[in-house]
Amino acid sequence: MALRDIAPHPRTLVLAAGAAALGLALFLTFFYTFGGWTLSAPADLTICNGDEPQTLDPAVVTGQLEGRICLALFEGLTTRDAAGRIVPGMAQNWTISPDGKTYTFTLRPEAKWSNGEPLTARDFLNSWRRALEPATASEYAYQLYYLVNGEAYGTGKITDFSQVGVKAPDNRTLVVTLNHPTAYFLELASLQTLCPVYLPSIQKYGDDWIKPGRIVSNGPYVMKAWRLNDYILLEANPHYWKRVPIRRIKVLPTRDANTCFNLFYSGKTDLILDQSSLPPTLLPDLRKKAYFHTNAFGATTFMRFNVKRTPFNDLRVRQALALALDKQDVVDKILRDGEPIANTLVPPGNAGYDPPRGLVRDVDAARKLLAAAGYPGGRGFPDVNLLYSTKGSASSGIATEIQALWARDLGITSIHLRGQEWKVYLNSMGSIDFDMCLSRWVGDYNDPQTFIDMFVSDGGNNDTNWASARYDQMLAQSESIPDPAQRLRIFHDMEKLLVEDEAPIVPISFMVGAVLYDPHKLGGFEPNFVDDHRWGDFYIPGKKN
Amino acid sequence: MSAIIFRRLLAAIPVLFIIVSLTFVLMHNAPGSPFSTERHIPAPIMAELEKKYHLHGSFWRQYGDYLGDLVHGDLGLSTQYRNRTVNEIIAQSLPVSMVLGSLAYSFALFAGITLGGLAAVRHHKAGDRWLMFAALLGISIPNFVLALLFIRVIAIDLALLPVAGWGSLDQLILPALCLSVPFVASITRLTRGGLLEVLRLDFVRTARAKGLSETAVLFRHALKVAILPVIGYSGPAIAGVLTGSIVVETIFGIPGIGPFFVNSVLNRDPFMTCGVVLVFGLFLILCNLVADILYFVVDRRVTMQ
Repeated sequence: MALRDIAPHPRTLVLAAGAAALGLALFLTFFYTFGGWTLSAPADLTICNGDEPQTLDPAVVTGQLEGRICLALFEGLTTRDAAGRIVPGMAQNWTISPDGKTYTFTLRPEAKWSNGEPLTARDFLNSWRRALEPATASEYAYQLYYLVNGEAYGTGKITDFSQVGVKAPDNRTLVVTLNHPTAYFLELASLQTLCPVYLPSIQKYGDDWIKPGRIVSNGPYVMKAWRLNDYILLEANPHYWKRVPIRRIKVLPTRDANTCFNLFYSGKTDLILDQSSLPPTLLPDLRKKAYFHTNAFGATTFMRFNVKRTPFNDLRVRQALALALDKQDVVDKILRDGEPIANTLVPPGNAGYDPPRGLVRDVDAARKLLAAAGYPGGRGFPDVNLLYSTKGSASSGIATEIQALWARDLGITSIHLRGQEWKVYLNSMGSIDFDMCLSRWVGDYNDPQTFIDMFVSDGGNNDTNWASARYDQMLAQSESIPDPAQRLRIFHDMEKLLVEDEAPIVPISFMVGAVLYDPHKLGGFEPNFVDDHRWGDFYIPGKKN
Repeated sequence: MSAIIFRRLLAAIPVLFIIVSLTFVLMHNAPGSPFSTERHIPAPIMAELEKKYHLHGSFWRQYGDYLGDLVHGDLGLSTQYRNRTVNEIIAQSLPVSMVLGSLAYSFALFAGITLGGLAAVRHHKAGDRWLMFAALLGISIPNFVLALLFIRVIAIDLALLPVAGWGSLDQLILPALCLSVPFVASITRLTRGGLLEVLRLDFVRTARAKGLSETAVLFRHALKVAILPVIGYSGPAIAGVLTGSIVVETIFGIPGIGPFFVNSVLNRDPFMTCGVVLVFGLFLILCNLVADILYFVVDRRVTMQ
């Protein structure tokens, strides 16, 4: 083979040099155009928020991580202080009628949108109408079903909004009429679903109204930048009714727990808000640090039984499994975050609510019940599955441990684990296609009702096939009682029915949030039962604002 | 040659059509709905959601709607990121991955060819053996192990570089390095293998006989032929590296397109999944085409037909 046959063409070198130059030019163009180089502005506070928000439209948001940003951008009639108490927000004050059904809110005279326009009662009315309209497809629209005709309008049964229980007689007055005396309506009024949105911007830009440069809001912060999976930059709203101590907040959507912790550890982020943003293996060590803080979460982990399937159609079996479960072992070995074990569904922290005792661990009683049901020592117990979600590492750990614990204490060896991908799990749970299902529930507001009303017969979130006419009747009764103490006594009886007498569920633990921040660098963050921390209350200690 | 390029691009259309259709069918039949949440959604609201996202009606209607949108360059709406179109998500995240990928691959080419050349020159000596051992390690150690190791040592213990993030040049170094390691290793092995074959050929002997230095023989003559396997390898490799890596981008918190390849499936986000599949398919076809053209340019024995 002669050299000239295979020697490269003279153009090759020119081409190669050209390609290299082009590659470099492309790289630099991309980097400076899209790399965010010029956009990554410094902030006074950087927060790891766990994931990229699905949306920030207050009417559509359902998740907690989205809700936090939403409530920094928007504010409802009421808001919360650092301790989690309901305080006036856009409404300066309010009066409640003696029957507890009519709320009259007076807006602040200085209430304004971030573009300086005045915010009126009609803005609230129109925003609530938007949240209720089926076309908005708000999954949280039911937070407005408490209004007279709210549900009828929300499900398209009536189309005349003037029949719904909200009126704006003048610019500063909003009159709300409820179906029942709803003791927690002021809590609901602080949720993002009931926040006002700036409709002219929505009419003009459609789905794009929520993007920087277009969004007009009324909360302590306005949005300066939002880069997908990169960061959201918030800046203090100059038209907010109160001065906001921290000027610029950067929100990181970092998903990976190790990355979140590395960012915190190297000083690149000041606040981690979720336990899921912390590496579980580090938890025992982190708990000893001064920057580690825990926070009750208003959420419960529990097991659902499918009461239509053998053997869980037998009350004795359900009670036996509940009585035998060594919840402390699950918390100590798997969760390792010091969560309190739960014998009831409603988490502590509801003032005035006296929970029932629940089925406290008693292995002997459990064995007797199981034997009475026909499975002495677990013999003959049918094959059953235990459904759980494979999202995150905790659920599979809990499921495996529970399987082992019931085998150890009751001799049941025929429980089969059935881990499913999150969306598939939700599907199986929603269609009650399981024998047992490891579940959790995060309360929407600070009242036992958000837990108790799940298990009403045929309730959308019941998912156990359990139906009790007595339970339904007590719930109806509680809704019409204006006396708060009496209402809570009914809840006590309902919960006793749920977790002791009928036991379609087994409560396991009350979830605890873990938060990382250095108290010398961040103030205004107090643990509270609703795990609702308004960013407008944060301040930097020692810094003159 | 341009006619051939045109024909290849034309042939790409049915290929892309088939992969998008397959993805659509798979997503349509996957268990779980894009809208399932922990809270029950009332039926009228679910119906509105399905209508808004063109996920109502029969399969053929949804498929027809989607293809109609595709023809107009509209990749549909993301069901996960409710206020964003798939076009917008790709436009924001693909360039980020391309920046990182192009840097990583440029480095891999440079380092791989240099190390491969070194190994070939020191064939059967200690240097060659060490380099090949390192290359084997580079190929076998998974990215996530390497990334965590780099972060621990370089970013945390030595505090030389940031642990994660995006937006400044120093934040590029660690992820680009992690991303490039397996490619460096493969290119080293390919270059070494190619050179060892070429160095035995007549034209190399001729070049040596002319009295050229060993460096000139290696880089001016032998490498031009020995590089061919690297070009063939680089086509699909570049398509892969420019469309992001789920592991590296997740660990370093980089807002690229890589994580969408897995997360959009987990979120049951049908149009986003089809969108990333389409992007990857397009890159694969284009990069292979470019590799073939380069083959032709570098090696005159190859004819384009």
